[in-house]
Amino acid sequence: MSADELLIGLVFVLITSTLVLLLTIRQKRSSTVPVFRRIAALSKFKRAVSLSVEEGTRIHVSLGNASLTQPASASAFVSLTALRRIGQLSSTGDNPPIATSGDSVLAILSQDILHQVARENHTLDLYDPTHGSLAGVTPLSYIAGALEQMHDPEVKTNVLIGNYGSEVGFLSSYSEEKGAYTLAASDSLPAQAVLYATTENPLIGEELFALPAYLHSTPAHSASLQVQDLLRGLVVLVILVGSILKILGAI
Amino acid sequence: MRSPLIPIISFIVGAIILAGYFFPGSGLAAIRTPMLDWAVTLSGVAGLIAIINLVFGVHWRRLRDSSKDYLFSGLVIFAFLATFALGIFLGPTNPDYQKVVTAIQMPIEASLMAVLAITLAFSSLRLLQRQHNWMGLFFFISVIVYLLLNSGILSFMANIPSLQEVVSSISLVPIAGARGILIGVALGSLLTGIRIWLGSDRPYNG
Repeated sequence: MSADELLIGLVFVLITSTLVLLLTIRQKRSSTVPVFRRIAALSKFKRAVSLSVEEGTRIHVSLGNASLTQPASASAFVSLTALRRIGQLSSTGDNPPIATSGDSVLAILSQDILHQVARENHTLDLYDPTHGSLAGVTPLSYIAGALEQMHDPEVKTNVLIGNYGSEVGFLSSYSEEKGAYTLAASDSLPAQAVLYATTENPLIGEELFALPAYLHSTPAHSASLQVQDLLRGLVVLVILVGSILKILGAI
Repeated sequence: MRSPLIPIISFIVGAIILAGYFFPGSGLAAIRTPMLDWAVTLSGVAGLIAIINLVFGVHWRRLRDSSKDYLFSGLVIFAFLATFALGIFLGPTNPDYQKVVTAIQMPIEASLMAVLAITLAFSSLRLLQRQHNWMGLFFFISVIVYLLLNSGILSFMANIPSLQEVVSSISLVPIAGARGILIGVALGSLLTGIRIWLGSDRPYNG
């Protein structure tokens, strides 16, 4: 990468961080919650979690294969945030959620999160370290392990969030066939296409990264989503202006 | 109240790694590289812990409790111990040991991919049932159109210049769409990273 590109990147990161900080502080002071557009899949998901608590069924959260030392780790962090929130939302139920992952660090972090949620909600008697497990170390062995967890009759809701390949089709197809509610999102293009074809409620593109703000709207999450929308608008504007200038022969 | 110490350490380490990335020629690279090496080493140790948890936490318990499918759990434990012992005894680069991967794991995974092709084809047939809206219809038509375009069945169009241009233009549409999605994913990843860096998202206990 050239020095100019690195400088542009640095400025972009600094401006984005400053915007997130400023908007977070502003929201904390004004105590107003911004209203975001309705995402049907997430509204249905909240209902599915409530139903799961009422019926005493279990939620399975699949965290994907992303390694935390790789660039695809952002989706894994989103899935961990979602796991924490799902754990909190279902804390009044008898069956805490279970999490499967295809990466060892992710598995340990999921155990850590489930333990923390159990401690916060005084449900340590329901906590079992095996509720957060490494299902397999390669993408397909992970799918085999996760399918086994989904096979449990107690599992009636499946959340598939993270980095997958097209093999995620096994998980989503099985979940739909079983009649379980499926919330699915991935940062990978092949997985998004497969999820669109195999599930009723997929999250497409950056909707995955909006998940924390929709599930648990803290000022930081809302501010982050506002900045994301702002930057997206800016990118669209730059592309449009660039295209017009190119058509006009100015660049 | 959660301790602020860990987020502070996390912020400082994140700042050093980030600065080392943006200023590669500076002395920061000398700190950044060992830190990343530590992360990789820790990740390796975590791998061992997670596998031990899977084998002796999940499968050993199933075997002990004689729960449903306990025989499969026994098979997993046997396969793990045999592979582990052979790996220690022969070494991971031994050609015979490599056959564990090339002769067992790869054929199994290849056959799973074949099953996936059928599963996806079957699911695609039910796409319009599931996505009963104009987006679903558009997706379905696009799949058919691009399958036809990429199959080479319309290669005779290469001889008709005006049609060739139309086909080339249509072929570029998925690339534009993919770039649009990837830009959104990149922005989301950036914001997620910043939230973790600033300590507002903590994927760890502390």
